[in-house]
Formats: sequence, structure tokens, C-alpha cells
Amino acid sequence: MMIKSMAEYAANGETPEVLFWVGCAGSFDQRAQKITKAFAQILDKVGVQFAILGKEEMCTGDPARRSGNEFLFQMMAYNNIQTMNAYGVKKIVTACPHCFNVLKNEYPALGGDYEVIHHTTFLQQLINDGRIRLKEGGEFKGKRITYHDSCYLGRGNNIYEAPREVLQALDVELVEMKRCRTNGLCCGAGGAQMFKEEEAGSTRVNFERSEEALETGANIIAANCPFCTTMLTDGVKNKEKEDSVMVLDIAEMVAKSLA
Amino acid sequence: MHLVQQILFILCAGVSVYFFSKKVGEIRRNIKLGKDENLTDNPSARWRNMILMALGQQKMFKKPIPALLHLAVYAGFVIINVEILEIFLDGILGQHRLFAPMLGSLYAYLIGFFEVLAALVLIACVIFLIRRNVLKVKRLNQRELDGWPRNDANLILVTEVVLMSLFLIMNTADQVLQSRGAEHYTLTEPFWITSNFTGMFAGLSDGALVAIERGGWWLHIIGVFLFLNYLPYSKHLHIVLAFPNAYYTRLRPQGEMANMKEIQNEVLYMMQPELAPTADGSQPAQQRFGARDVMDLSWKNLLDAYSCTECGRCTSACPANTTGKKLSPRKIMMDTRDRLEEVGKNISVNKTFVDDGKSLVHDYISVEELRACTTCQACVEACPVGIEPLSIINQLRRYLVMEESNSPQEWNLMFGNVENNMAPWKFSPDERDKWAEEMVNS
Ligand code: SF4
Ligand code: SF4
Repeated sequence: MMIKSMAEYAANGETPEVLFWVGCAGSFDQRAQKITKAFAQILDKVGVQFAILGKEEMCTGDPARRSGNEFLFQMMAYNNIQTMNAYGVKKIVTACPHCFNVLKNEYPALGGDYEVIHHTTFLQQLINDGRIRLKEGGEFKGKRITYHDSCYLGRGNNIYEAPREVLQALDVELVEMKRCRTNGLCCGAGGAQMFKEEEAGSTRVNFERSEEALETGANIIAANCPFCTTMLTDGVKNKEKEDSVMVLDIAEMVAKSLA
Repeated sequence: MHLVQQILFILCAGVSVYFFSKKVGEIRRNIKLGKDENLTDNPSARWRNMILMALGQQKMFKKPIPALLHLAVYAGFVIINVEILEIFLDGILGQHRLFAPMLGSLYAYLIGFFEVLAALVLIACVIFLIRRNVLKVKRLNQRELDGWPRNDANLILVTEVVLMSLFLIMNTADQVLQSRGAEHYTLTEPFWITSNFTGMFAGLSDGALVAIERGGWWLHIIGVFLFLNYLPYSKHLHIVLAFPNAYYTRLRPQGEMANMKEIQNEVLYMMQPELAPTADGSQPAQQRFGARDVMDLSWKNLLDAYSCTECGRCTSACPANTTGKKLSPRKIMMDTRDRLEEVGKNISVNKTFVDDGKSLVHDYISVEELRACTTCQACVEACPVGIEPLSIINQLRRYLVMEESNSPQEWNLMFGNVENNMAPWKFSPDERDKWAEEMVNS
């Protein structure tokens, strides 16, 4: 399949339905690349006309801003907004809740006003509109699955139901963790923690969260964020459960269940 | 009632109101040390928050048992204060049970209702004391509560128990006196609870009963005056400040971090120098980026600090804290208040703030604490009165990174990567869409 960039669309005088903001993890991290590919594959399959920024995309500046480096954040934001405004971007979908939060809530104050959708909401809409058709009795039917609310999708933006509705559409047996929805426990990656060692403590945040997920007896931990996916995968490995328990992004699950 | 009692009462009331208003004025001044932040938009949503969060205690009900007990104490506190109004007027006018003749038989119902509330408050406070001191509920026994904060909590609970007991004892003695037709003691219908206990005092003389009743009355009202003056020094200030705090709480999505217009502009002028204002010497003195001390925070952060109940709901939801890190969002709020009080005293003594060589970062809140935050917003979500510990953490972090260049080596590497490779990792920007090229062949 061919994935076109905004530049290519523009060169043909066309505009895509939506810009797929891939994000740094989705672009470079090997595990997250699989999520990116799965999501792109779904979009392609159901015929959503989408574009990426390709080499023109830059870090949104989220880790810089959250660690306190506002200068760097503002520089990244300035460049990204220039690029997107030049292409007349109206609608963005992204598979990263951190990018989602920054693009949706923080870029408007800097002159970047777009309709921003997280990929789980987008998938839910495509399913509801009948654009995504799922296999009867797909791979996940009846499987015991728990869902991890990422902080920036959940508490940050109050999106709790869309991802769960996608999972319901896959006919899974959804089991909730003790701390879920507004009480959901962080995976430990946010606030630029992903890029440094944790402070001294009794355990790691991702270990604690993964243990809680494992306690549900689920075989699959469904996530909506490339950072959560990494953190939880590490936590599952730490408990030596990687052979029986998988951490999957919701997009990967949908991609495997397409009719 | 004797004139002496009347004069004494007015004196007590005057002194207590004077000191209370003085302290309130200081708190007001301290909060106004914070930076401007306009939080008056969308009043209807704000009123809604105040009614749901402060009046309705919506967020408390995430933990139903403490919520119900707290509701009893809170309702009791608010409603019994109507009775205080009578006590107060009695005291000034030298009357006894001023409202009884006015309300007729309704009066006994009213007092009966107050007695039920008083009993509920009493029971709830005893349970709270047990939770704190016997069951040792974790969030009520963490490190940052050692010393004064723990005593503060217990002191207020014990005071409530004493006040409520005095109220009930006073009513019991009163009714025995009523039944004996003692002078001044207006006959009322029996009060719901205390009328069952009059037997306890049956053997006492009129004189002893009057002493008990008067003693109860005086101790009760003195307790109230002391409580009033204790309030502004205590975490119990939340019974007042929860209301404005809920009103001014953030309406924007919790995930959104406040923009720094100053830096936005600097970056803009760097990128488009033609937009930069020409230097004319009238530019404001260089300000500090981020917050080093309480004056660098916004007034809402400071109001937050005074509104904190030290309940620890934030801390027990904090992923850093529950995994043993030093960070505790409750401590962030307590430290901010302590430092603000210190700065306030400094100003009271010196007329204006005189540098004391201290600051909120380092002297109160350590770098290690600040570093551990994952910005997960669990603390903000958990707070029953709409406090945002994360907002303070973010501002202090900005100061550390931008003013002190104080960041861990890994973050410096990350910053370098973002700046040079446009990604937090050391990958070539040319490979950003490599995944897409790989898909061509699939
Ligand atoms: S935002 Fe920071 S302080 Fe608040 S709960 Fe999360 S990690 Fe703890
Ligand atoms: S900030 Fe809120 S949740 Fe935390 S201790 Fe204070 S009142 Fe409780």
C-alpha cells in the first residue's frame, strides 16, 4: 500500500480527509511502529483518505513541556503549527494520547486550531458508521481482556467509553482493573518519565500497574498509547508472564479483526 | 441573667471577632501575593462546580463511608450554627432561649433536630478519631502529617466532641430546670434526645443545675469563639475556603498545561524578528520563568494551599507516592501554605517582604520530589475541593529547568534530541517515515 504525505496531496491540489499524526514513538519505536502500521492498514482498508506529514512532522514538544522546558516546547509547537497551517490542516487523528492532548488542548493558544481525534475514538466512529466491518467470531471473541486507561486520554480529556466500545465491538470479555477510569493508575511514562530513571522507591510504577492488570486474569492488556504499551510490556516481562499475556494497542486488535 | 455575664459575653465576642478578622485580612493579603490569573469566565459552570463540589461534596462520595460521616459532621456544623445564632443573641441581650416563645411548639422540634445532628456529629467524630489513631488508615498517617498536622486533626475532632457534649449536657440540665419551674427557664416541649437523660440530673439541686447549664453554655460559646480563631491556622479553614476554591477551580481539560505567553513571544520574535517590539527601555524588568517561591505562583495556587484539608486523597492516588517515591501532592500543598505563612509573617514584621534566603523549591520542596511526578493528574482528579497540586509542580519544574538548568542528564539528552533530531530519541529525522516506506512492499 502507498501512504501519501501532505506534500504529495498538496502537489496534486488535493486535500485528504484527515491528517494522521504519527508521533515520535509511532515513527521510531519498533514496538510502536507496529501500532502505526496497524492503524494505517485499517484506514487504507476502509478507504479513509489520509495523509502523514512524513519528514516534516516534528515532536509536538510534549516531553519538553512536561519536564519544564517551555522554550523547547514553544519552538517545536511553532514549527509544527507553521507546517500544518501552511497545508490548511483541519482534522487530525493520532494514535498517541500525549500528542492528542497537546494538539487538541495546547496548540490552539499558539495559533493551531484543528479538530483533533484520538485513534480509539476514530475507530469507534468508523465502526458505528459501518465503515469498519469486523469478522464474525474474530480472534478476540470471548477472550478475557482488561483495558488500561492512559492518563491523557482518560483524566486528561475524559475519554473513557470510546475505547471500551471498540473492545465491546470485538466481542471480548472486558474485565476492569481495581483502579480504572477516573481512578486509573498511571503506567509511569508520563511527564517525561519515559526518558529518565525513576526516583528511588519501593517499586516501579509500571510494575505496580502491570501487576494489577495481571491480577484480573486477563490474557490481553489493551492499551491506547505507545508509551503505556512499552511500560506495561516491561511490567509483564518482569513478572515473567510475557508468554501468556500480551499487551496490545486497540488498533492492533481491530486490524486483526477486519472482515 | 446578670449584667456582668452580658458584658463579659460582649467582650469575648468582640475580642474573638477582632482577632479573627485580623487573621482573615492577613490570609487575603497573602493570597494576593500570587500572580494574576483570570478565572471569572463561564460563571454558570463555576456556580455549578461550587454547588456540586463544595455544597454537595460530590467528589467525597468516591469513598462512601468517610463521605457519609463527613456529611454528618458538615451538615451538623452548618445547621447547628443556626442555634449559635440564638446563643449569640441570648448572650448579647441577656435573654434565655430567645426563640422559644417566638416559635412555639416548633421550637422543640428545631432543638430536637439539632440534638440529633449533634449526636451524629459526636458519633462521626469519634469514628474519625478511631480511623486516625486506632485503625491508622494509611492516608491519614503518612510522613508529612507528623507533628502539628496530626495534632491539628485530632484537636479539632476532640473539640467537636466536647462542643457537642456540652450542647447536649446544657439542654439536659435546662430541661430539669424547666420541669422545676426555675426562674428564666422557659418551659418548652421535651427535646428529642436530652429529655431521655433528665434522670441523670434529677438528684441535683437547682443551684448545681444552673451552674451546669450556665457552665455548659459558657464553655460552648467560648469553644465556638476559640474555634473561630483557630480555624485560620488549621486545615479546617477548608470549611470556608472550599466554596471559593470550588468556584475558581479549573474548567479546562485536566490534561492541558498552562501556556507561558512570555516564552511564546520570545520564540515568535526569534523566528520572526520583524514582529519583535523595538527596545525602548520601557520594557518590564526581566521576570523569572517558572516559580521559585510562592509569589511566583498564581493566586489560585495560593488559595488552593489554604483550602487543602490535608485529607491525602491526592497522595493515595499518586503513582509516585504509592510506589514509595518521596513525592506527595498533599505535601506540595502543605509546603506551599507553610512557606506562604512564613512569607506573610515576614511581611507583617517588615512591612514588605525582606529576602530571607529561602524559597519554596529546595527549602520546602526538594528536586527529588518534583522529578518524580508523571503528570498523571490523579491528584487533581482526587481532590474533593478542586485543588491542583500538579499546577504547582509544573511551575516549579519550569523554574528548575529554565532558570537553574537543573535537570537530570537523561533529560538533557532528550532535550538535545528534540532540538536536533525533532524527536526525543537519537534517530535521524530522515527515518521518520521509514515505516511508511516499509508498508509499500506489504
Ligand atoms: S500528577 Fe504528579 S503529583 Fe499528581 S498524582 Fe500524578 S504523579 Fe502524583
Ligand atoms: S490537595 Fe485535595 S486531596 Fe490532597 S490533601 Fe489537600 S484537600 Fe485532600
